Amino acid sequence: MAITYEPIATTTLATATTDVTFSTISGSYTDLILVANITGAENLSSGALSCRFNSDTGTNYSQTNIEGNGITAASARASNDNRMIVGSPSVDIGNHAMTNIINIMGYSNTTTYKTVLSRSSIAASQVAALVGLWRSTAAITSITYGTYNSQTLSAGSTFTLYGIKSA
Amino acid sequence: MANTYEAIATVEVGSGGAADIEFTSIPGTYTDLVVKVSARNARADVIDGFQISFNGDTASYARLELYNESGAIGSESIADRRIGVINSDTATSNTFGSAEIYIPNYTSSNYKSLSTDSITENNDSFNAMWLTANLWSNTAAITSIALTTSTANNWVQYSTATLYGIKNS
Repeated sequence: MAITYEPIATTTLATATTDVTFSTISGSYTDLILVANITGAENLSSGALSCRFNSDTGTNYSQTNIEGNGITAASARASNDNRMIVGSPSVDIGNHAMTNIINIMGYSNTTTYKTVLSRSSIAASQVAALVGLWRSTAAITSITYGTYNSQTLSAGSTFTLYGIKSA
Repeated sequence: MANTYEAIATVEVGSGGAADIEFTSIPGTYTDLVVKVSARNARADVIDGFQISFNGDTASYARLELYNESGAIGSESIADRRIGVINSDTATSNTFGSAEIYIPNYTSSNYKSLSTDSITENNDSFNAMWLTANLWSNTAAITSIALTTSTANNWVQYSTATLYGIKNS
């Protein structure tokens, strides 16, 4: 059977850091999945988790999300942003843990803009589903994952990038 | 390159139903676990909740979910083991609820954070979709997983769940 789901790279943070970058991503897959498991006592209440592709800091990102905080449900969207929000917009991990799973479709094609589906789960504070768009036809060759306002991700957090091949 | 997304085990409920769907002796050789569920239970209602337990532990769980139940959205946070919703006995015949449970770093010494999506679409006036975050506040490696319904009603025949393991290298 063909192997269609492969790990590309993985990182476990030895010290707290503001962002994690996967670079030199080959174009040999169809889709990408980034799985983040963030631990620790970080209060990222003003620092939504976000991605940039190919180090693009232009206002080429947009996103729409639905979220719940344990009391109320809400939704939001943003256009012409300089990075794509992919994780809960108000994150208080509360010394627990969070899971953020990001699906990046058709990342290597050079004819369409890139769409992203993301889920973030923090039992202590918030659950969210998000969709995002990067308005670029360039193939994605690097992903920088971090917080919106450069707050730190805790030591021990893990980040793995997988590639998925179509038949 | 090694296959890194592997089926570990599948459970299909037989005639007569079953009180739980259980995976035991889960090896510690993967990084993450995924459970894909197609199931229905015998509760005399349209839907029911279902819950998880690890290593036989029924304490130390927390839940926060975002839901759409027949068009009404909301969110709640409770300290329990429920992870989603599933079709029940009065749901449209032959409809089974679907769920995917993602468990990263299941062998780590940190608390375990879960992400679950579940739906009970059945063309009835009452349907539900849950996006759920759960936490198991335990540092032990997960070696067994049990899925039960919230009302202790049996899973019905043809309910299935498959456990997958994912390696990060």
